[in-house]
Amino acid sequence: MDYETLMQLLASTLRLGTPLLFACLAGLFSERAGIFDIGLEGKMLMAAMASGATAAITGSAWVGLSAGICAALVMALLHGLASITFRGNQLISGVALNFVASGATVLIAQALFQQGGRTPPLSGAARFGPIHLPWAAEIGAVPVIGPIYQQVLSGQSILVYAALACVPLSWWLLYATRFGLRLRAVGENPESVDTAGISVVRLRYMAVLVTGILCGLAGTYMATALQAGFGREMTAGRGYIALAALIFAKWRPWHALWATMLFGFLQALALRPDVIEGVAHVSIPVPALDALPYVLTVIVLAGFVGKAVGPRAGGQPYVKER
Amino acid sequence: MTNRHETARQETATPDMPPPNAPAAIELRGISKAFGAVQANRDISIRVMPGTIHGIIGENGAGKSTLMSILYGFYKADSGEILIHGRETQIPDSQAAIRAGIGMVFQHFKLVQNFTVLENIILGAESGALLRPSKAKARTELARLAREYELDVNPDARIEDLSVGHQQRVEILKALYRQADILILDEPTGVLTPPEADHLFRILDHLRKQGKTVLLITHKLREIMEITDTVSVMRRGEMTATVQTAETTPEQLAELMVGRKVLLRVDKAPARPGRLVARIRDLRVTDEAGVERLKGIDLTLRAGEIVGIAGVAGNGQSELLEALGGFAKATGSITINDTPLDLGGQASAGRTRRAAGIAHVPEDRHRLGLILDFTAWENVALGYDDAPEYRRGPLMDNGAIIADTRGKMDRFDVRPPDPFLPARGFSGGNQQKIVLAREIERNPDLLLIGQPTRGVDIGAIEFIHKRIVELRDAGKAVLLVSVELDEIMSLSDRIAVMFDGRIMGERLPARTDERELGLLMAGVETEAAT
Amino acid sequence: MTKLPKWADMVLVPVISLLLAAAISAVVILLIGGDPVEAVKVMVDGALGSPYGWGYTLYYATSFIFTGLGVTVAYHAGQFNIGGEGQAQIGGLGVALVCLAFPWPAWWMALPAAIVGAAVFGAAWAAVPAWLAAKRGSHIVITTIMFNYIAAALIVWLLVEVMRPTGQMDPATARFGAGTTLPGFHQIPGLDLIFTRKVPANVTFFVAILACFAVWLLLWRSRLGYQIRAFGHSESAARYAGISSTKVIMSAMLISGALCGMMSINNVMGEAGRLLQNSSEGAGFIGIAVALMGRNHPLGVFLAALLFGFLYQGGAEMGLWTNIPIELRLLLQGLVILFTGALDNMVRMMVAPFFRTRASAGVR
Repeated sequence: MDYETLMQLLASTLRLGTPLLFACLAGLFSERAGIFDIGLEGKMLMAAMASGATAAITGSAWVGLSAGICAALVMALLHGLASITFRGNQLISGVALNFVASGATVLIAQALFQQGGRTPPLSGAARFGPIHLPWAAEIGAVPVIGPIYQQVLSGQSILVYAALACVPLSWWLLYATRFGLRLRAVGENPESVDTAGISVVRLRYMAVLVTGILCGLAGTYMATALQAGFGREMTAGRGYIALAALIFAKWRPWHALWATMLFGFLQALALRPDVIEGVAHVSIPVPALDALPYVLTVIVLAGFVGKAVGPRAGGQPYVKER
Repeated sequence: MTNRHETARQETATPDMPPPNAPAAIELRGISKAFGAVQANRDISIRVMPGTIHGIIGENGAGKSTLMSILYGFYKADSGEILIHGRETQIPDSQAAIRAGIGMVFQHFKLVQNFTVLENIILGAESGALLRPSKAKARTELARLAREYELDVNPDARIEDLSVGHQQRVEILKALYRQADILILDEPTGVLTPPEADHLFRILDHLRKQGKTVLLITHKLREIMEITDTVSVMRRGEMTATVQTAETTPEQLAELMVGRKVLLRVDKAPARPGRLVARIRDLRVTDEAGVERLKGIDLTLRAGEIVGIAGVAGNGQSELLEALGGFAKATGSITINDTPLDLGGQASAGRTRRAAGIAHVPEDRHRLGLILDFTAWENVALGYDDAPEYRRGPLMDNGAIIADTRGKMDRFDVRPPDPFLPARGFSGGNQQKIVLAREIERNPDLLLIGQPTRGVDIGAIEFIHKRIVELRDAGKAVLLVSVELDEIMSLSDRIAVMFDGRIMGERLPARTDERELGLLMAGVETEAAT
Repeated sequence: MTKLPKWADMVLVPVISLLLAAAISAVVILLIGGDPVEAVKVMVDGALGSPYGWGYTLYYATSFIFTGLGVTVAYHAGQFNIGGEGQAQIGGLGVALVCLAFPWPAWWMALPAAIVGAAVFGAAWAAVPAWLAAKRGSHIVITTIMFNYIAAALIVWLLVEVMRPTGQMDPATARFGAGTTLPGFHQIPGLDLIFTRKVPANVTFFVAILACFAVWLLLWRSRLGYQIRAFGHSESAARYAGISSTKVIMSAMLISGALCGMMSINNVMGEAGRLLQNSSEGAGFIGIAVALMGRNHPLGVFLAALLFGFLYQGGAEMGLWTNIPIELRLLLQGLVILFTGALDNMVRMMVAPFFRTRASAGVR
């Protein structure tokens, strides 16, 4: 494999890893606050449809983005209602909302555009186009490092940079602010928060809303940047892969970056079976590459590669003693 | 009662404290609280003077924790009022309690295990949206508090790496950092080693000297005697007495705690102890937190004899039952009919214990003895689904179990006699009768029975006692654990008193009295009367 | 939370949940410019209006009975198995291997073997998550989801690379021999008087009814079922009784996987006659809705499966004959799961006041 192919592969990794990264960070906020969310998939899908449709109608990717975030927020609030207010089963709520999203997205897209549940193809300002970083050509001439800047980092959509920026931002929010301290505490031991005089319910709703915003970004990226429009089931299990990455990353922002980029790389590889064959001289079946993120997650969950211990209060509705 | 309070104020007043006519730090007037039909607190009034350590003593379930939860805003009292430093104060939530200057150290710490000490301290008391200044401020303050109160902990240590004693100091620091001047400690020494407990008392002494008010909730008489200025006794939801610690004795307090209720007479013939059924040697149990709960128990149980374990709750009685019943891991040895038991705490140990001839009426029937959503007849099969008369191959013979349940309900006078009613639907006494019928009718060599009459109505108590004696008369060994001293006195043929995971001594009921047992329960050695 | 009489919990809560889901769906239909009344008419007509429609409704219901029972058995042990989809697909692999292994002379000989194949393969696919849950404490929900994806990838690979006959373009196994074709309702004497046209409903329906009975027998009449339910209700009391948690989790999950796998007899053997990609078509997930709606009782599962069979077939007809997309049934399915499984406390709170007034009236 030549350097050129590697650069293509890495650029593709970044593109494919971005929705995973957004979704993974989304899950991180929710689960760190003690709310399991297997409904990332549904929120992304809803956001993809809302942003795709809005961008198609208004011709503006930015308006699409706000619509996407709003749609994901509605879903997040529903999840919050079930799991925080009514103390329902968080897992079942997530599963249910995924189905709701699968159905509702197609219904709405079909009603709006009559194109078989798709939104019309987006172009121009309705999409987030590539942004060329300054001096890309000049730095690109530097051997080895240059091409990484020019071909991998430069020329991505603004949402890719936003996702990358979300990593240090999430880290900062979690570990350097009062909000983060309380958020982490409520997922570990809600009693500690309650006895400190802070509302558990309010804090958890805030976490769930952050999850909604990030899922909105993930879905919008899918429909308006990675692809040109919404198509049915376009998230294709990315919500679950993000969940796997979250466990893989042991609920930490920087690790989430590496985990999602690893899974993004696997997805990029699955698109280029010729590369593996060229490098390893064996043909690895594409489905094996598809399955690898899930297999890795199971191994992590089994505790064979370091123990993945999630937030201690995860999944349990908070009820005061007695 | 009022007079006593007056004296309390006079005596505890020292020059660096508020003048004698200052209002009480805490005054409760007529606090009542009911949970459903259970009256947890009934018309409680108390005055706690500033700069004193005030003990509240009482058995488990006496209503101490409920009262403290009301004070900390966890529950709302049904009636009554709270005055803090003379001002009527509403405490609807923890935040209000913190604002009123109340700090609480719970029995089960409310710390975030994977946070550092510093992070736990500032949680909810941050000085701004960013953590760095909050942490810096807390670090300085912590250093000061450490100097002042012997409260040193490494601010950067993670809670899960700290010993229980240090974790408790963090809880105290949390309260002080929030500028609490009233500190409530709920059973603070339950999880501590003796040196840790001594250190805690030194800290409390420092707090008192600095003019803080400490409310110490405990069921341990020795602690009350050692550290408090004043002590209030709670019993069955009522405040039965408030006395100066210096003017009372452990015996008097034990009597006040246990109370003098109508002695239940149990007609029974003298025991005729027979062959050795069980021999327990150097039995030790260590709990999940690493605290040794049983510190080497030696005990023998004979056929035709009821051995009563007396003791204030929490001194290892539960662990003894759990080790014998097979669901706590233990070391040492237990032999039943000369066969040693496996003490490894395997998942199926409950079954092998039954096969070895042990039946067990557990202390906590809601959590262990019954499955509340199961019907009565399903509960009759709990632990005995492999009994030959209950099964037909891999299937259960439901008809046979239901018929047997009807018989048991009849013989044990369970009301309503409905095998199809879920266990949840029976009263406490009838639930207990179901468990008792299940275990006694298996004709075990050894019956373990914990708190047989807890939450049981008077009528059922007599019935249950009779059945236990009948089993003894049938030549079986019975190990009875109860915190009701009367029950122990009237049922047992031999009494072993437990304190702090050890057996303090064995006595024959005829040759001892409540006073002596009370002292043993408080950990005071007495000359064996035998 | 709120305490209701048992019958209300068993009947009223699911029915109200269904009505809520239906009402929201009707609003959605209105919003997208459809006519809910017309939609219901088309659904009823298409699913129940003719023997032909019934043939499809019962065909779908058969699959849902199996997956619903699978979720139910795991639920009683306190385990939430969302791996039914993967277990069903791997069960389909078992069916395909059995059917292709041998030129079966008659369907009644092939059927028992295929049932065993489906059950063993389905159980095997549940075994790893079950073992990890019992021994390593891994979260069963996440591991079973992961195994759904691994199963899908495995099937794709097998169909593309291994089991596809040479010369065939689409990723699928060879067609099963004629001796494995299960009789449809139109071929069963007696039933053929009603079902005059070819319908996909087949003898597997009766196997499903037997499975309902077997699960009832297991859960409420067998010792293992007793232990499963005891453990599911109270782990502490089960420990007191000496019931092994490993045994309960493993056996409940293996039986659950076997039941989900067995749905493949219906679709792979009974309908398609070969193994295709995504053979289970979401039935594994519908099992969750069916189990929740059926209150985790075989009789309830049977009724809920019929209901979902109707929704599935009716939804397909609606997709064909109205401008409402077929995906409405996904929305409905999601809403039913949401209301019965996650917002059940809300539904109870809606119902509770009626019982409270009645109870207090009784006192007066």
